[in-house]
Amino acid sequence: MDSGLLRVQLSVNGQRHALALEPRRVLLDVLRDDLGLTGAKKVCDMGNCGACTVLVDGRPMYSCLMLALDWREAAITTIEGLGEPGQLDPVQQAFITADAYQCGFCTPGQIMSVKGLLDTTPEPTDAQIMRALSGNLCRCGAYGNIMRAARIAAGRDPGTDETGSDTA
Amino acid sequence: MQTLVRPSDTHASGSDPGLDPYHATSAAGRIEGPDKVSGRARYSADVRLPGMLWAKILRSPHAHARIHDIDTGAAAALPGVHAVLCYRNAPDIPWYDHGRLFDRTVRFAGDEVAAVAADSEATAEEALRAIRVTYEPLPCVLDMASALAPGAPAIHGTSNRAGDPAIEQRGNPRRGLREAELIIDRVYTTQVALHNALEPHGCVALWQDERLTLYASTQGVNTLRCEVADKLSIPERQVRVVTEHMGGGFGAKQVAWKHDVIAALLARESARPVHLMLDRHAENLATGNRNATRQHLRIGAKRDGTLTTITARIEIQIGAYRAGGETSSVDGIYHSLYACRNVRTEQAVVYTNTGPAVAFRAPGYVEGNFALESALDELARALNIDPIELRLRNYAETDQRRRKPYTSPDSLRRTYARVSEAFGWRRYVRSVDSGPKRRGIGFAAHDWVGGGGSPPGKVRLTLVPPGRFRLESAAQDIGTGTRTALAQVCAQALGVDIATLDIALGDSNLQLASPTSAGSATLATLAPAIHGAADQVRKRVLQAAAELLLEPAQALELRTGRVVANSGRELSLRSLCEHLGRRTITAIGKRAANRRSQSIRTCGAQCVEVEVDIETGEVRVVRVVASHDCGRIVNRHLVASQVMGGVMQGIGFALTEARVVDPRSGVVLNANLEDYKLPTVADTPVIIHAALDLADTEANVAGVKGIGEPPIIPTAAAIANAIFDAVGVRLYNTPFSVCGMLEKLSGPPHARMCDNDEPR
Repeated sequence: MDSGLLRVQLSVNGQRHALALEPRRVLLDVLRDDLGLTGAKKVCDMGNCGACTVLVDGRPMYSCLMLALDWREAAITTIEGLGEPGQLDPVQQAFITADAYQCGFCTPGQIMSVKGLLDTTPEPTDAQIMRALSGNLCRCGAYGNIMRAARIAAGRDPGTDETGSDTA
Repeated sequence: MQTLVRPSDTHASGSDPGLDPYHATSAAGRIEGPDKVSGRARYSADVRLPGMLWAKILRSPHAHARIHDIDTGAAAALPGVHAVLCYRNAPDIPWYDHGRLFDRTVRFAGDEVAAVAADSEATAEEALRAIRVTYEPLPCVLDMASALAPGAPAIHGTSNRAGDPAIEQRGNPRRGLREAELIIDRVYTTQVALHNALEPHGCVALWQDERLTLYASTQGVNTLRCEVADKLSIPERQVRVVTEHMGGGFGAKQVAWKHDVIAALLARESARPVHLMLDRHAENLATGNRNATRQHLRIGAKRDGTLTTITARIEIQIGAYRAGGETSSVDGIYHSLYACRNVRTEQAVVYTNTGPAVAFRAPGYVEGNFALESALDELARALNIDPIELRLRNYAETDQRRRKPYTSPDSLRRTYARVSEAFGWRRYVRSVDSGPKRRGIGFAAHDWVGGGGSPPGKVRLTLVPPGRFRLESAAQDIGTGTRTALAQVCAQALGVDIATLDIALGDSNLQLASPTSAGSATLATLAPAIHGAADQVRKRVLQAAAELLLEPAQALELRTGRVVANSGRELSLRSLCEHLGRRTITAIGKRAANRRSQSIRTCGAQCVEVEVDIETGEVRVVRVVASHDCGRIVNRHLVASQVMGGVMQGIGFALTEARVVDPRSGVVLNANLEDYKLPTVADTPVIIHAALDLADTEANVAGVKGIGEPPIIPTAAAIANAIFDAVGVRLYNTPFSVCGMLEKLSGPPHARMCDNDEPR
């Protein structure tokens, strides 16, 4: 083995992976290129946009800013690790219900931010949801529906069709 | 997001909402929803192929320079580097006006100089750093004023004007000016805005024998195939372009860019698949932008508000090259939005040593609309006429440019009424001014030349064992929900449940003419073709079933999974398929031409409420109500999402987004998502879509039109007009920055009203 590589074990989505990594590799690249988990996206590669958000010990973090080998002890969850086989997580389902995406490129990151919030704050206020999503850009501008998806997932919105009669 | 629908707004006849053919499927989520929320949706950047290399492009640090020499020896010698390309060894391929793929002259900071492919991204980056380029810097021009100044260095040929100005005139503008009792004479400017789709431009290139496959983030698989084949001088049939999902484009991904061909060349050179996705920095330099404009506008009117003339001299900053694609028609809206006999526009295109412009969601209309609708508001105030009333007094009943009636002549008027009512325009009560925060409201209307669709457009529809239907179109889903809307149209046209339908998109190998995702044209182009295919397939299914059921075909009806006879007898499609054996039922639907006698348009209006902090200069958009005519609504959630997204991008354009170029070096100073200010969740106002579901069956058999571009068009003007209403400051230059606001707010009242300084 090349002398520049370090043997590390990473725990991702409940599975341990033995890897040989250059110390400079960031977690996002390792997830996408070594583990084939391409759900987290590379958009800005410098912590501006949130498209690479994953959960690290339950906390939403930007994986593009994390050196992979620093996180050997952590439990990492990516979008691929949400839900059960054949069954979406309620946050994922809420994004479908609220049409909380357009192109979908930022969606995995948005979902992980909402998931991280709801795991620690099951009944968030709008201000808390907004704060949790403030590090996730959506160029399609789906923010209104993303907020609604978070409310649906938190049980604050029934998620029924909002179209109604305008009696004005 | 709230969508307001009233029975009277559904259907041109305004009768029965129960007739909405899409009612059942409209509420369904997107077909690709589960893939997009689970990370399974595969974008170009996610394609991984065995032996794949990673490619990077070296870009010019100079705004204008001659490349004296390039030494790639050290780069090529690095372990892991498989290919290095520059003007020395790459094929000499013509590009842009008179340039080359790898040009000896670079004309903006970000121009392509060399490229490498290596077995890791890190090695590719290292190789780029090892390339030695000797530049001979040339004088540069970075804005339109300096580009047009006497003696300015010419970027191409002898002048920085890209061709002659486009002049369009009707009537006698001079006479119109003489007849005017009031004239608004203003100069407006708009900035360069960057698309910044979150998925960067790029592709993965794979050669198999002499055949090239590009997994590309593109708005036009067929266009890209054609352009890449042309650049590589190989037959089109040897190129396949696949776009399964794409992370946005907003106009910037509708042409072949140099990186597409560079990826193909690197893959050929290295005999390996090559992954070439741009990084965010390059994305902000070299993949297009919304052109800056300077618009000198004059409108004349009678005391009763009747417009007597509209004239505009327009300059468009195209950047270093003409990148092609949809044209930016800043002049378009001046000729169409209002009834006016005397109109003249002169639109000139100016080169500068900056990244090339390309279509950006409603190219030109966003810019022109800001100026025209700001001026109309100023006119309304000067005449003391309600802004909506002034627009009604100048309502254009026909397409004055083409001298034809519109297919939906009344729809713009209906959007005025709809938006005004849903917003409470006439009932609006200003909150009592207390403290530094002041509120105000603004209105703006728009039309849009696109949205009608046109040939060519083909789809293929096939009955597939065991009784499902398969719809195929080469068109890609840019993120608007094309996949879902096309499937809905097809299910409805066949009369079957959407769950029994499969749809394949985004592959040039389907060999079906398809529109580029541009001009808000996809649905209006393909829906009529789908109707055609569905009619043929239904007919042939019923004929085949008639033979088996021994019933006349006229007595049969296609339902989900079966054919039912008047007599009550049934045949399942599964049985039908078994009987057909190896015979298939398939048909191609072709988009027919639009009627020549009528003109199709989309249009709409928005009302905005803003809050201006007179101490900090901060503008907050509080509430937006939007109403747009997009014909029949196939999926109200998809339409509402387009409206929401367009409004958000309009807010970004109006308030925070601007490419900042260093005035000496030409280097872009905010080529990242920290310093280029996109709207965030915290900038999101209440957005209400006051829906109009007006089937435009004069336009096409499906009654549908586009909604992709329209919602961004009137937002900036409506915000500007609301700011004036709030604090009496008239804004002529986008974006309305906090600094600019403070400057205006601190000036004397006179300056607030009349200041129309040229920007530096």
